[in-house]
Amino acid sequence: MSTEAKKQIIDVGDGAAIPRKSDRGLFTAWRIAFFGAIGTIAYLVWSRPDPYLNILKFVPDGIAVTFQVTLGAILLAIVIGLITGLGRISKNRFFNGVASLYVEVIRGIPLLVQIFYIYYALGTIVKVPAILSAIIAMAVCYGAYMGEVVRAGIESIAKGQREAALSLGMNGRQTMIHVILPQAVKVILPPVGNEFIALLKDSSLVSIIAVADLLRRGREYASESFTYFETYTVIALIYLIITLFFSKIIGVMEERVSVNK
Amino acid sequence: MSTNSRRKMVEAKEIIKVYGSFRALDRVSLDVYDGEKVVIIGPSGSGKSTLLRSINRLEEIDRGTIVVDGMDLYDPKTDITKVREEVGMVFQSFNLFPHKTVLENLTLAQIVVRKRSKQEAEEKAMALLERVGLAAKAKSYPGKLSGGQQQRVAIARSLAMDPKLMLFDEPTSALDPEMIGEVLDVMKDLAKDGMTMAVVTHEMGFAREVADRVIFMDAGRIVEEGTPEHFFTAPTHERAKLFLSQIL
Repeated sequence: MSTEAKKQIIDVGDGAAIPRKSDRGLFTAWRIAFFGAIGTIAYLVWSRPDPYLNILKFVPDGIAVTFQVTLGAILLAIVIGLITGLGRISKNRFFNGVASLYVEVIRGIPLLVQIFYIYYALGTIVKVPAILSAIIAMAVCYGAYMGEVVRAGIESIAKGQREAALSLGMNGRQTMIHVILPQAVKVILPPVGNEFIALLKDSSLVSIIAVADLLRRGREYASESFTYFETYTVIALIYLIITLFFSKIIGVMEERVSVNK
Repeated sequence: MSTNSRRKMVEAKEIIKVYGSFRALDRVSLDVYDGEKVVIIGPSGSGKSTLLRSINRLEEIDRGTIVVDGMDLYDPKTDITKVREEVGMVFQSFNLFPHKTVLENLTLAQIVVRKRSKQEAEEKAMALLERVGLAAKAKSYPGKLSGGQQQRVAIARSLAMDPKLMLFDEPTSALDPEMIGEVLDVMKDLAKDGMTMAVVTHEMGFAREVADRVIFMDAGRIVEEGTPEHFFTAPTHERAKLFLSQIL
């Protein structure tokens, strides 16, 4: 009845186009964009060291902060997503209800509003550094999306797998850990990579709550030197390079996983 | 009947299973005795798979009682995993775990459920793979095996748990014709060994050769029941006659 060969692909298209070898057009576009962006920065710095070299020297600690926020948030979001996803498929009404409510509420509020809200709401209770509040806000938001990815990944595993495990006397937990999740991970990995890139880009939003990320550092430099156009050109190119770099890495990881199968 | 004096492995009474307004099982009662081979046949949609799957509670019934090896499936005190440990099941679509090697497919439940050591589980697994003629494939992944080989591995996987009863749900229906024989041979071998078996199949030759009792189902009911000789030579029910004339 069910054919194992049919591989389900979950498409959550808010990250970046991930270049796959089979998609020649995109593969070429990736190269042009990636090396073009690096070339453009190199040319600008070479031709007009002031302001471009100065901008480039000013923003690296911003890049580090952007990475910190992104990495912290994605790890936390994966944990939240795993719990939420399991909750969404749970037969336990309370657990399922809480997970579903979380997903519905979070997905209905813009990320920017959530970032403000958590920053100020947390601020009234405890004093937390802006960067921690930013990581929490991003993770809470992306955890909801990640929960849906996890849920879809688990549901994509053929029903027969679960039945086979149960018929061997495994309980629900053992079935999930030994049979369902290891297979779901392969299905989930591409969309999680996509979420990572989406989160990387969205992390620029945290600049509004005084987190000195890449965008914030750019704005600081621009407002001091009045080189808005030049600064934002560099900022945009750096984001582009980082995003393309990671989309490439995710593409390679995806291929590795599918080869192992 | 001499079987009446033997112990009942399965005792299903008046079971009803409803999908919406459709009665998949309509007051079905079935006993399977220790060591008995029961073959269930019937047209598609007659409820034979549903009946089989209700025996290890992969399918929840709406009415009636099912007792397996002395354990009432719907008694709140019954741990259903304990029942399933004793009841092996072989599926139409094999359902091997694709992320594990053939050997790991056979050892997983032994280690996790039966709490055997890895070494003990592997010895058991290798002996069973030898028995189904696939010891050489122990390190392969299921995806590299033919359908017939996968199904033989699936049977070995169930046997690794030392079940008291084996359920077969159309084990050869998804196979190419030339692979059906190798799977049936393993099942016949198992029958010879005295395993208690309940088999849903369209393989009439197998039913004739192996079955102690043939059960014919139609529209959620058992309409004919008896020895293979009786069933294949002198069926009484019209529906059974029609089915046989179409299939033979």
